[in-house]
Amino acid sequence: MHDRQGIRVEGLVREFKGGIRAVDGIDLEVAPGEIYGFLGPNGAGKSTTVLMLTTLLPPTAGTATVAGFDVVRQGGAVRRRIGAALQEAALDNFLTGREHMHLQGGLHGLSPQERRERGDELLARVGLTEAAGRKVGGYSGGMRRRLDLALALVHRPSILFLDEPTTGLDPQSRSALWEEVGRLAREDGVTVFLTTQYLEEADVLADRVGIIDHGHIVAEGTPAQLKAEIGHSTVDAIPADPGDRDRVAEVLARFGPPAAASPKGVAVQLEGGSERLAEIVRALDGAGVEVASLQLHAPSLDDVFLAKTGRSLEGAGEEDETEGEAEPQPAAV
Amino acid sequence: MTGLLGQIGFVAGRSVRRTLRQPGILVPSLIFPLFLLAVNTPGLQQITRLPGFPTDNYIDFAVIGCVIQGALFATTTAGSELALDIESGFLSRLSLTPLRPAAILLGQLAGAVTVGMLSTVLFVTIGIVFGVQFDAGPGGVLVLLALALLVCTAFGAIGSLMALRTGSGEAVQAAFPLLFVLFFLSSINLPRPLIEADWFRTVATWNPISYMVEGLRSLIVTGWDGAALAKGFGVCVAVIALAFWAATASMRTRMARA
Repeated sequence: MHDRQGIRVEGLVREFKGGIRAVDGIDLEVAPGEIYGFLGPNGAGKSTTVLMLTTLLPPTAGTATVAGFDVVRQGGAVRRRIGAALQEAALDNFLTGREHMHLQGGLHGLSPQERRERGDELLARVGLTEAAGRKVGGYSGGMRRRLDLALALVHRPSILFLDEPTTGLDPQSRSALWEEVGRLAREDGVTVFLTTQYLEEADVLADRVGIIDHGHIVAEGTPAQLKAEIGHSTVDAIPADPGDRDRVAEVLARFGPPAAASPKGVAVQLEGGSERLAEIVRALDGAGVEVASLQLHAPSLDDVFLAKTGRSLEGAGEEDETEGEAEPQPAAV
Repeated sequence: MTGLLGQIGFVAGRSVRRTLRQPGILVPSLIFPLFLLAVNTPGLQQITRLPGFPTDNYIDFAVIGCVIQGALFATTTAGSELALDIESGFLSRLSLTPLRPAAILLGQLAGAVTVGMLSTVLFVTIGIVFGVQFDAGPGGVLVLLALALLVCTAFGAIGSLMALRTGSGEAVQAAFPLLFVLFFLSSINLPRPLIEADWFRTVATWNPISYMVEGLRSLIVTGWDGAALAKGFGVCVAVIALAFWAATASMRTRMARA
């Protein structure tokens, strides 16, 4: 029964030397088969949380159960049920992809035949069959990530932790990885705990999203719920003649309060939803204003982050790094 | 679940494979000791005329210096490789499997010990080609290999301990010159009774490397010397036990399983 349990975290804290609380009392719950996106800037506490949930770092306070087992008292049972691809794909440059699969399978107790079959199956699934005999030192970043994912799946874990799995990948490799992670949850029922600093990734992939900042969860829900909390779309209009800017502002003011606009444009929060866009077009036409561009922006998770923290997610990490907060090394206690 | 021996086997297989694929590790540990031997042997032949010197063929005496140097390289190989695994996160990957800390430690040593033993076999073979004669006979060669295996394991275990304590490959490399000083402050260049300076003789007497050297060397220059062999094997076992005990404790902490 344990295997059909997800993740439950209560009051989890991790304090480092100097009193820095990388994770400061978080609560969260991930249902079996769910993809949970843990979104936040660099240094927010995402990786520290993953290290605690994967038993690699003991918590300072609080409790966490993974697949129904306590991460502190039942670490061995947790480790048998989880797979993890941590932030840096830690691979041995002098071994081939196939040798990695063989080692990982062996350490998880697979028989020689299982090791071979499972290794070949996973290498094929992540598109590395042809490269399987080559040393990993010659792999690209995307290939390393895909091998890392395959290694995490060798022992058929029920819960998969992916710590920033697509950081540094090109768009093609990123969408291939998203597809595979989605398939794992959909077809194999694997619970996925995924950290990311990419809004798009959380939006596309996650069933539910937790937004973490400075060690606190500041918002949680489905991407749609979170955006709905923020409410309004914005509409941004750029007049063909820059001299018409005031007239455009006058017309748009009838549809909602002002919002942050593009450099040459005027924007308002749209009260009443996107169906009012047609009315705006008619009103601008009626006022005799010619517009060069008219864009509707649906609320994004960045808007959610901005609303909850007062900062945009883009660049929030760099801001934190200058404050001296950084992600810890695994298990360096 | 894979048993302890099976786990050690998997980690050892990986360690040996990756070590042998790095000529940068293999070549210096083979070339450097041979270079010293080639320079010293003709230059120091006259030392054999000292009263009480145990052999009249200097290479008989000196070849063990190569074996010990090869073992010293095992310290840095084992330490640097483990430190690299800590720095790269590979140790975290291993920590997420049902692997026991002792299996990682023992398995990780395999690469370094393999290099140490390859160099030992090479040095002994070259020594025999250039006239080294084992007073203990062919059986002595086998006992020398067995003791050399323990010497390499002991130095490798020290390297692993340094890696676990510091987590840094640079720190392990930095310790190499200190070990080299310890190497020269032993009976490696002269039998202890022939060392004139009191302080040097005292240091050499307390230096465990002296007993490793004397155990190995006795098989060539003395024959079957039970006392020298017992001390040699005893010192190795003690160093291995102490280093493993401390390293296992450090490994448990690193793997967050304290």
